[in-house]
Amino acid sequence: MFLNSWLWRSRHLSRSPLLLLRSRSIFLASSCTTELLASQNASEHQHSRKLPSTVPRIRPWWNVSWSSGYRNPSMEAEKKVASGEDSYGNESKQASSTEFLDFPGGKVSYINELQFLSESSPVRVPCFQLLDEYGQVAEHACLPEVDKLLAVKMYRNMVLLQTMDTLFYEAQRQGQFAFYLTTIGEEAINIASAAALSNDDIVYAQYREPGVLLWRGFSLNEFANQCFTNNLDYGKGRQMPVHYGSSKLNYPTVSSPIATQLPHAVGAAYALKMENNPACTVTFFGDGASSEGDFHAAMNFAAVLEVPVLFICRNNGFAISTPTAEQFKSDGVVAKGQAYGMRSIRVDGNDTLAMYATIKAARVMAISESRPILIEALTYRVGHHSTSDDSAKYRKQDEMQHWKMIRDPVFRFRRWLEGQRWWDPEADKQLRSESRKEVLAAIRSAGPLKKPSLSSLFTDVYDSVPSNLKHQEEEVRATVSRHWSDYPSDVPL
Amino acid sequence: MNLFSAINNALYTALDTDPRSYVFGEDVGFGGVFRCTVGLRDKFGRSRVFNTPLCEQGIVGFGIGLASMGNRAVAEIQFADYIYPAFDQIVNEAAKYRYRSGNMFNTGGLTIRAPYGAVGHGGHYHSQSPEAFFCHVPGIKVVIPRSPSQAKGLLLASIRDPNPVVFFEPKLLYRMAVEEVSEDDYTLPLSSAEVMREGSDITLVGWGAQLTIMEQACTEAAKDGISCELIDLRTLIPWDQELVEASVNKTGRLLVSHEAPVTGGFGAEIAAYITERCFLRLEAPIVRVCGLDTPFPLVFEPFYLPTKNKILDAIKAAVQF
Repeated sequence: MFLNSWLWRSRHLSRSPLLLLRSRSIFLASSCTTELLASQNASEHQHSRKLPSTVPRIRPWWNVSWSSGYRNPSMEAEKKVASGEDSYGNESKQASSTEFLDFPGGKVSYINELQFLSESSPVRVPCFQLLDEYGQVAEHACLPEVDKLLAVKMYRNMVLLQTMDTLFYEAQRQGQFAFYLTTIGEEAINIASAAALSNDDIVYAQYREPGVLLWRGFSLNEFANQCFTNNLDYGKGRQMPVHYGSSKLNYPTVSSPIATQLPHAVGAAYALKMENNPACTVTFFGDGASSEGDFHAAMNFAAVLEVPVLFICRNNGFAISTPTAEQFKSDGVVAKGQAYGMRSIRVDGNDTLAMYATIKAARVMAISESRPILIEALTYRVGHHSTSDDSAKYRKQDEMQHWKMIRDPVFRFRRWLEGQRWWDPEADKQLRSESRKEVLAAIRSAGPLKKPSLSSLFTDVYDSVPSNLKHQEEEVRATVSRHWSDYPSDVPL
Repeated sequence: MNLFSAINNALYTALDTDPRSYVFGEDVGFGGVFRCTVGLRDKFGRSRVFNTPLCEQGIVGFGIGLASMGNRAVAEIQFADYIYPAFDQIVNEAAKYRYRSGNMFNTGGLTIRAPYGAVGHGGHYHSQSPEAFFCHVPGIKVVIPRSPSQAKGLLLASIRDPNPVVFFEPKLLYRMAVEEVSEDDYTLPLSSAEVMREGSDITLVGWGAQLTIMEQACTEAAKDGISCELIDLRTLIPWDQELVEASVNKTGRLLVSHEAPVTGGFGAEIAAYITERCFLRLEAPIVRVCGLDTPFPLVFEPFYLPTKNKILDAIKAAVQF
């Protein structure tokens, strides 16, 4: 009780060197101006740093820098503490008059007031945006280099993804296959991320990123074959629909458990680093995944082992029905990056250009500096979680409609394209009509194909079929021959 | 050479013969709490032999990613008792990686090493034998060596096997077991059991450190004129059913022994299989001499364990049935 009241009366709370470090460290350089965005906490502080006049006003859009580019923060901090500087090069009055504790990882300064770090920054981490909801370029925004060819390709892929989702969803509802799950509302995250990456980058996806595969050249037939789990499904009919994968396209096959792919991305990034391969790994996950232990494991391993991996969180507001307010108390997912010693950014996930610029810049940093980057893309899951879900039971229709109509990333990007005179309603009509035909053709061609043959049940458990499985295959075949009517007729024996 | 030195020797050989092999885990860098990785970091560098954060699911998940890129990832879990946080990564990820991708991807380069078993003073959390959990998982192999030379050959085989392997090391034997171990690069076959001692009255099947106890029981039984055939299963899945079946067809009796609790232990699987295959040949009920269905105890360890005399009594009862 005493402690609490004493603490809350402390007028010096915000002058804690630790708080100073925290607030300084959320400085972000925007993409083409060097204007620093600081938290209110920092700007009120006497040591708030104004931008030196010598810093050039214009930088290439991709030259996103952190306020300090050191590789080993603890060693660097140690030197600065020893020299009476804070971590950002400012002379620190507290530091010069205080003693230090030599501690593994760097010297720690003492203070003599009982102070706790705040549970959160007083200001939420801002969200990087280039295009507003009307597709207008934000004031002072500097756009990434996106020419007409690239922009139109991104848009076409977004529309095709949207069309595939709509028609595959309908096909599932008609009972043509067992399950489906859309990316509607998250097309920009899918396509812009993919466009900003190299095809050599290895993508450890969850299940709401088929757009990355689409961008890389996975055909509509390949998607349809997997959803129908027919004899052309690369997964040989073993997994539910939407569990895509492609070794050719550097996209390890998706599994259903949440966040398990995150540590894999870290291990694979370590392999890339060891091979001096100028590529990174990329892992996508949702807001719910950030609660899993594998998220913590992966973030911590990536930071400690200094590997080139992009953690792209699609914060779409819901883990099935659970809203983010019941998922975490922190300022979203972006706030967690710093605790792991990882650069992080929050971006408008429905802004194609902001997503593209972010991933492009993050990729350069990840590879050139061999470090992980956390990207929290704010978006909204416009569809149900899956075909097994009815989201009207837990969220308001007007909220859904608002995101669907007003914040639709595809429409926003289209308005920008039209503003550039790179696109027009006639082209749009034609694209949608073509996309619809292509998707329907893929469904028609994948649907009637046979299922994979029975032998696929027993192969690939190990590199070769062990004797117990050979024996079990014989038993199954014998049973089928006696009771053939118990078994599906479309599975070739 | 003792068992930890044999493990060390195998790891040395693996690192030396394949530049794309890595050894990592908690405290691995300085040599490991059981000294199995001693000297490896100095020889092969910090990028190939390294500490990880204290997080088992991270260690295995990281290893899956590393292995899926075509590397040999040898992950150490400091005690088998602490492997459970990694259970999901092993069961849902490593084991299914090849199958679920239609063989487009695999994590065959992954080997997970973990010391297991009783040591006399380990209590709940430094004594467990969790092998049965992993024997229920198609897609991984489970290997347990009984001695230094076996450990080296089986570990090298596990590391080079194109499937993920969980390799449990009997930590009781790390220092205690000493035998000649070749410095050569050699492997022993997986999924191949070995007859350690031929006999005609009863077949005993075990693995790891328990074989030392079983061997003592066989020697004692011989004094009473009972001829025991002792089999080291070596690989628990996929296991060498043919060899065990042939032995029981010869002796007509089977005893399985392991430290893990009797209920749901891997001994139950062997008993069920042999009952199916050798029912008419059996001259006595198959007997399991195993750990009790309690958590692994501290002061009660001698009561809990399947000791020599428990086994000896069971051998005699089976033969006299």
